[in-house]
Amino acid sequence: MRSNLPLFLGFKEIWRNKARFALVIGVVTLITVLVLFIAALSEGLGAGNREYIATLDAELLVYQEAADLTIGASQMPANLTRSLRRVEGVAAVGPVGFSTGSVVRVGEPLDVALIGVQPGQPGVPPVREGVTFSRPNAREAIIDANVAEQAGFKLGDLITVRSVQGEDENSYQVRVVGIAPSRKYGIQPSIMLPADTWERVRAKPAIADVQGAPAFNVAAVRLSDPQQREAVAARIAGRVKDVVAVDLKTAYENTPGYTAQQSTLSTQSGFTLLIGLLVIGGFFQIQAIQKIAQIGMLKAIGASNRTVAAAFIFQVVIITTIGVLVGALAAFGLSLALPSVVPVQFEPAQVLTAVLLLLAIGPIGGAVAVRSLLKVEPLTALGLTS
Amino acid sequence: MAIALEAKHVVKEYMVDGSTLTAVGDVSLQIAAGEFVALVGPSGSGKTTLLAMLAGLLAPTSGQIAIAGRELSAMKEAERTRFRREKIGFTFQANNLVPYLNVQENVELMLQLNRNTSAAGRARAKDLLARLGLGQRLHNLPGQLSGGQQQRVAIARSLIHDPAIVLADEPTASLDTERAFQVVETFAELIHEEGRAGVMVTHDLRMCTHVDRVIHMTDGVIDRIYTSRHDILALAQGEAIHEVPVS
Repeated sequence: MRSNLPLFLGFKEIWRNKARFALVIGVVTLITVLVLFIAALSEGLGAGNREYIATLDAELLVYQEAADLTIGASQMPANLTRSLRRVEGVAAVGPVGFSTGSVVRVGEPLDVALIGVQPGQPGVPPVREGVTFSRPNAREAIIDANVAEQAGFKLGDLITVRSVQGEDENSYQVRVVGIAPSRKYGIQPSIMLPADTWERVRAKPAIADVQGAPAFNVAAVRLSDPQQREAVAARIAGRVKDVVAVDLKTAYENTPGYTAQQSTLSTQSGFTLLIGLLVIGGFFQIQAIQKIAQIGMLKAIGASNRTVAAAFIFQVVIITTIGVLVGALAAFGLSLALPSVVPVQFEPAQVLTAVLLLLAIGPIGGAVAVRSLLKVEPLTALGLTS
Repeated sequence: MAIALEAKHVVKEYMVDGSTLTAVGDVSLQIAAGEFVALVGPSGSGKTTLLAMLAGLLAPTSGQIAIAGRELSAMKEAERTRFRREKIGFTFQANNLVPYLNVQENVELMLQLNRNTSAAGRARAKDLLARLGLGQRLHNLPGQLSGGQQQRVAIARSLIHDPAIVLADEPTASLDTERAFQVVETFAELIHEEGRAGVMVTHDLRMCTHVDRVIHMTDGVIDRIYTSRHDILALAQGEAIHEVPVS
């Protein structure tokens, strides 16, 4: 029966001081919401930046060397793909061009990333509905799931894509032949176009460029042996002039702002966890200080340090667990209530890590308080110290 | 009667700024089962320090203390803690009760500590509380009770687990005179009826009316002991304390 005494004491104190403990549970809940929301936002923004590149059906991305791994600055001539294909270990090369535009829909136009790809080559996403491109100059489009959802487009729809070319904004009509899974780029939903169509539709800074030779930004390279990534990258750099090849992770980490954005959000999460640790630790330390006389009395009448500590730890665990569970549910509910344009995305492994960390901050924060309780002398019940 | 508590040449010294301060100096005493003893004396006379040593809460610098035949200094800390919850009952001047446990739970706490939450034990807790006039207050929290009622709950808790000795530190300090007399009278009745040994530290000599012996301390040593009913009543009523012969 004595083994239940810590639970009995811990539970009774919570039950008979519901308002005080509810306040702390509320704080843990808010911290949990904040941590999970920042984590989801971080994941959502990160995915919005890297999704297209991270899910490419290729192992390497080749840039113009002078572009310093900046996709927008990298300009490569169309015939470069032939040189890349000749490198030993390269199985396929797909030129990929990135631009921005908008699609006409009911209400406001929807800003999109316009991605030009070579049919049948790396860079063309798999379609979950419909078919892929028929030829490079087809007036066809594969829209990603975000465009389909936000613009309400369906297979077979004729959609109008607008882009700024020189001083004009031009419109082009393309037919939706396929719908791909989410493939955001630059935190925008994306529309994939066949290479020649993309070349006509893409945004161009000056009139002269409109007449310029076809070009693309980077080349997606699929390898015969995906394990030979580094060796083939080195071979490409050695055999093809003025280019550099990197793996996909390096590529998306060099997307403008990606690393800074992710580290900023990680820092925010870390600080929120630290604040949680201090708040919970502070609460339990105050609680411990307030209970010194009571703990002294309990020890004087024969309660062991183990009983006192176990009752306290039970409270910490209960409060933290309830707070974290309610917070996790609230964060999930909040994400459902937010409009789909807010890039929150829960990644199970990340959520699990955050929840485990949040569950740990209670016991860690309460550890100092437990130490204080263990040091209380039963003599304090008589107003004495040793 | 059997000896419930025996202290032999108990000394407690502290080092203060390099010099030795004697809080209790060479105290020896015996208390029998069923005997209720008051430990009195001015502030700083060492009575609370002696009580702490009798309770096994403070180790004497020298000397031996035995309760129910068990030598306290021979026990390790964990064993002493277990011995306290099994063989000693306590009431304190303040902070006696666990504030978030109701009256019945506070009393049964001693049973829980001793792993004895039998139906008989719980029934005894209710009977004891009813006897102390708290039968209608079983589900009240300490904050809903008067000071006297809280002390009566503490008395019930100090007796519920069948201890060999009950130690009370200034149990009436925060009570008005009428309630203080009621508490001490009840305490004395239960100690006598149940055959416990009882030691009460008090600075209020009037509270000695119901005790069997008064031990007076000054500067850490016992300087007078009153054993006759006449002397104790005279002391309690404030009559010519210096004329009472030292036993």
